[in-house]
Amino acid sequence: MQQPGRAAEIKAIGIGKSFGSFRALDDLTLDIGRGEFLTLLGPSGSGKTTFLMILAGFVQPTDGRLYSDGVDITERPAEQRAAGMVFQGYALFPHMSVEANIAFPLKVRKKSAAEIKRRVSEMVERVGLKGHEKKLPSQLSGGQQQRVALARALVFEPGVLLLDEPFSALDKGLRGQMQAEMKRLHQETGTTFVFVTHDQSEALALSSRVAIFNHGKLLQVGAPDEVYDRPANRFVAEFLGEINMLPLKGVRNADNGATGLCEDRTITLRGNASAVGSNAILAIRPEYMSIAPEATAGENGIAATAVASTYLGAATRLDLTTRQGAKVTVSVPNEVAASALSKGNSVWLTWPAEKGFLLPDGGQ
Amino acid sequence: MKAYLSDRMGAALLMAPLLLFLGAAYAWPFFGVVNWSFTLPEPGLGQYGTLLSDPLVQSVFVRTLRIAAIVTIVSVAAAYAITLVWVRGTPAQRVIAEFCILVPFWISVLTRAFGWVALLSNRGLFNTWLQAIGFISEPLTLVRNEFGVIVGMTHFLIPFAVFPLASSMRSLDDRVLLAARGLGSSRMRTFWSVFVPMTRSGIIGSALIVFVFSLGFFVTPAILGGGRSVMVAELIYLRIFQSPDWGLGAAISVVLVLFVGTLMALLFRYVRPKQLI
Repeated sequence: MQQPGRAAEIKAIGIGKSFGSFRALDDLTLDIGRGEFLTLLGPSGSGKTTFLMILAGFVQPTDGRLYSDGVDITERPAEQRAAGMVFQGYALFPHMSVEANIAFPLKVRKKSAAEIKRRVSEMVERVGLKGHEKKLPSQLSGGQQQRVALARALVFEPGVLLLDEPFSALDKGLRGQMQAEMKRLHQETGTTFVFVTHDQSEALALSSRVAIFNHGKLLQVGAPDEVYDRPANRFVAEFLGEINMLPLKGVRNADNGATGLCEDRTITLRGNASAVGSNAILAIRPEYMSIAPEATAGENGIAATAVASTYLGAATRLDLTTRQGAKVTVSVPNEVAASALSKGNSVWLTWPAEKGFLLPDGGQ
Repeated sequence: MKAYLSDRMGAALLMAPLLLFLGAAYAWPFFGVVNWSFTLPEPGLGQYGTLLSDPLVQSVFVRTLRIAAIVTIVSVAAAYAITLVWVRGTPAQRVIAEFCILVPFWISVLTRAFGWVALLSNRGLFNTWLQAIGFISEPLTLVRNEFGVIVGMTHFLIPFAVFPLASSMRSLDDRVLLAARGLGSSRMRTFWSVFVPMTRSGIIGSALIVFVFSLGFFVTPAILGGGRSVMVAELIYLRIFQSPDWGLGAAISVVLVLFVGTLMALLFRYVRPKQLI
């Protein structure tokens, strides 16, 4: 965070924050790698924004230490950390032109007029705001304001860029455009990005790693496919997307995985699944399940009845009920859905052994 | 459409008593004053000619503008500091600031003026104390001059300067201040180059209110100026009630009202009325 032009490496050890008796963040330990794009994901009140504010220096943690490139910065005030920050609602200076907004961090650093001019025009170009330099923020569209906020936060080449739900005010199309823009800026600058969002698809699409928060606790950190396919617990599994859960009995470890009984059928799991008790929850994402006319020997599968279908354009979403009454959702090709519904609604649900995983029964 | 019309009718009916009162109590008499200025002692523009040539009248106008300007600068600066504490201080500080802002409203302007006389006169508290600690040997002249007038007026006007400032400070987005600090700006720099410019409309509103009030001030300058530091309102009073010269008094009144009216027009051009509350 202190050497401009160089991505910072951040280490948080045992960070906690209490507001009165409310524990906003509890015992958070996390390494943020140099040049990484880390997303802090969680519902509102999960502690993700509190952690971002602690990184920025706006909030002082109650416990723990924070290091940037090996230097303890826990007590360092925000203005000396100078992490680039993009706020929800942008927080542009309303009385300054686009140009003056972007120049502000350089002026504060007492750069020469020539250097300020050069770097501001470079940045204006980079975020595509040429021709808007003299306008006031109020004369810009939401997307343009967003670009000014990004330019202002990146112009002084901070070691880390902190983004607090920057796209929440944008409509869907613009959002996608800005996401792509941000990914490009991340690649071009090589700066460490820490991004806060409550939108799981945004998190999965953008980040090199995702950190999932709930109730002030960090639940899991990992690459998008890792947290999506191997969630550490039920909350993470459900928060990252739709998931089917089936009770599994007689679970035991087996060769490179586990086996168990689901609705009287023997189910095998391969990969990281290991038994946590004799009863567990078998979890499978809807897109990994498919339907077949009848059972194939040696393949995972249970019988189910299709109860409803929703046409989604590219695919059809089928809602099914198993014999024992569990509700399952599957995303299948449109023609498969049509034929399943025409055949008296009775189908066979199958999924690859490596796509299922186990969650502890009942609890989190 | 019908509902809209009847709403407008209702609004007009509700406002009518106030408009009638203002018309009867201010507008009508003011036209009388305008009439005097052109007809007394004889019809013509004579009084306005006197107004432009009489050095006494001119010196009073210059003094009024000077005092009003100084009072405006001092009041707005002091009010800015108080408002900052009131709007952005800790809860305890806010209570104290609010008390300081509201209490003056409960004390009459007359009482306050005499209070300042008691504090500032030759044998008043300040001079007695300063002499007692040996800081001065002769009493300082603190009242019956411009200084006394400025002190008294500033004290009276600070609370009025607070409200437009408070309104602009309240509507300011805190995240913008955080953003400035996050971008490396010190607290001092953030205050001067972000906070103050963002409260500009409050400063303008506050300054105009104080300035306009100052121009027509009567009681405070009359008491604390002791006849030696006459301002426009007191000059009008003297022309009407003491040296019966109604025509000149009326002409000065008309000029004063026109000047204040122009300033008010400016005020409402730059500041939305709701920002003044």
